[in-house]
Amino acid sequence: MSNVFYRRDDIISWGRVLRFPHQVARPSFSDELPELVSQLGPTDRGLAIGLRRSYGDSNLNPDGKVIDMTGLDRLLSFNEDSGLMRIEAGVSLSQALQVLVPRGWFLPTTPGTRFVTLGGAVANDVHGKNHHTAGTFGANVRRLKLHRTDGSTHEIGPGDPLFHATVGGLGLTGVISWVEFQAMDIPSTMLDAEDISFEHVDEYFDLAASKKDTHEHTMAWVDCSVGGSRLGRGVFSCANWSADGGVRSHNDLPRHNIPFNLPGFVLNALSVRAFNSILHDLKTIKSGCYRAHYENFLYPLDAISNWNRLYGQAGFYQYQCVLPPDTAREAVAELLKEIARSGQGSPLGVLKDFGNAASAGMLSFPQPGTTLALDFGNKGEDTLALMARLDRIVLEGRGRLYPAKDGRIPAEVFRSSFPNWQAFTEFVDPGLTSSFWRRMSQ
Amino acid sequence: MTLKSGPPRTRVVILGALSAVAIELARIYSKENAALLLVARNRERLETLATDLRLRGAVQVDAVHLDLATAASDARRYIREWSEKLGGITHVHVIYGYLGSQEKASADDAELSRILQVNFNSAAQWSEAAAGFLKAQKSGSLVVVSSVAGDRGRQSNYAYGAAKGAIALYVQGLAHSMVGSGARAVVVKPGFIDTPMTDGLKKGGPLWASARKIARILRKAANKGGPISYAPGVWRFIMLAIRSTPAFVFHKTKL
Repeated sequence: MSNVFYRRDDIISWGRVLRFPHQVARPSFSDELPELVSQLGPTDRGLAIGLRRSYGDSNLNPDGKVIDMTGLDRLLSFNEDSGLMRIEAGVSLSQALQVLVPRGWFLPTTPGTRFVTLGGAVANDVHGKNHHTAGTFGANVRRLKLHRTDGSTHEIGPGDPLFHATVGGLGLTGVISWVEFQAMDIPSTMLDAEDISFEHVDEYFDLAASKKDTHEHTMAWVDCSVGGSRLGRGVFSCANWSADGGVRSHNDLPRHNIPFNLPGFVLNALSVRAFNSILHDLKTIKSGCYRAHYENFLYPLDAISNWNRLYGQAGFYQYQCVLPPDTAREAVAELLKEIARSGQGSPLGVLKDFGNAASAGMLSFPQPGTTLALDFGNKGEDTLALMARLDRIVLEGRGRLYPAKDGRIPAEVFRSSFPNWQAFTEFVDPGLTSSFWRRMSQ
Repeated sequence: MTLKSGPPRTRVVILGALSAVAIELARIYSKENAALLLVARNRERLETLATDLRLRGAVQVDAVHLDLATAASDARRYIREWSEKLGGITHVHVIYGYLGSQEKASADDAELSRILQVNFNSAAQWSEAAAGFLKAQKSGSLVVVSSVAGDRGRQSNYAYGAAKGAIALYVQGLAHSMVGSGARAVVVKPGFIDTPMTDGLKKGGPLWASARKIARILRKAANKGGPISYAPGVWRFIMLAIRSTPAFVFHKTKL
């Protein structure tokens, strides 16, 4: 029955490092939600979860209850003239796009995967390649409905303190049942893109500064395996929506699947370096202008479902930090040096400059400056020690880490880089928690 | 930028529209810009689903809240009415059912009656009415969901199994009676389906199919295929083996 919690051992996050049993309920209709939420309380705390694309432990509640929201996936309303869309929290961005795109609309912003739920997009206040023009997802939310474990419900929007705690609030302020957001109109589903390769991370900063006013979408791939004169070499990628090219939505089925965990040696230091070199060579040859469908430009990894299994049974960490403009150039170079020295660098390093708009959430990750994200295969102590060294560089540069990412952010690092965290605790529902929050609030 | 419109080619009636499989099926039809008439008991849930399906591309969605078990005696009248609403019917899907509890049914006559009434008597009445309509229309298909539980009586759910087995026989007969009419009938027997309704059971392994997968099989069965379909197809061979197992062996199992 859908209003009952059942024990399951297969609830893991995208990084696949942490494994715990959970009590899981799967509602199919929104009218089941109030009763489920009311079963949670201070002695039996729970958490709403979605498609579990968060990498770390912000979407886990070990030995506790979770409500799987993906069955609450109804589209409630869409105004084709204004672009205002209201949908249940369990709808994926992919499904929302299937409805928006044929009508000439798009998500206001999107992370690098479309397989996240709307509830998750709000709870993590996600960002995308167009952050410098569109802000975070939360900045485009107009209203949402929240169920608290005391039985109260709240329809809230910008200006309401509970709203600003809920956006980026990691699901801790209540269970979001629906979200209303402002879609963005697009002239076509194609993007006019340009790739520019660079030989050193220093060049990245000049490129980012020169393209931010001319291009809606910007980001760069960086090779984290080499140091010296080629430190942080990579490819800067920028794009604008094409004025023509027609309207065609993406195919909802992934093209490739990784059906099982690959053995660890597949992604060893050697193959990482080979992977990045190939990437670099390919991009260098192709350096220049091209036209791409949004499916390929915005969601390259979505073509391979379960790509996280590439890292094998031990799983992996994704490390993402942001550094303010005045320290970013130096600190990012420092981070890349440390990573290259460790030999643990990943094939997927991403650099992106955030815009200056203030985030809507008290705990939103984006702040003005440069963000660096990359994966580390889980090699136990070595990997944890490396990330601890990186933490120090981030803190010295007055940066912060993304709670949705690595699942091991030390409490003191989180607290000192999110000064709002204490004020945020006032809004936390005493019947809700997560592994992440237990570590941060103890 | 507007959606494809024009007269809908596909006009579908779904009896029992709020099950996990039915919702997935309705979404497949919506993507094809079909016209849908959904029947189930819960008015509020139906209305929410109807809005969802319209946004997903259905050109018309009518929501009818009705208790299908008790309304079956008026099935012919309802089918006629719905055909007028839709402008003809291309597919009728009978999906609703009641699993019940064997333990309860063995002790309580009301539970036994309900299992038989919902899964067989009423389903047979709806199927007969729909088949009659489609034959007269000289086109269209009737797709009735049965279950692999109807292929062999087992101690754990023989009341449900008997009703599902009986409706499979009934639809097999209907399919025979429709040969040459231009219309057709098919019974689909799903195996294990991973839905919230089955969350108490141990899952995983190749025999568990998603509601979406079963829905895709139902959609295909509406267009073509023989009178008996297993969902997924591997169950045809599993059930052949189970039916062929001699009683002295089968009776040693706890199935």
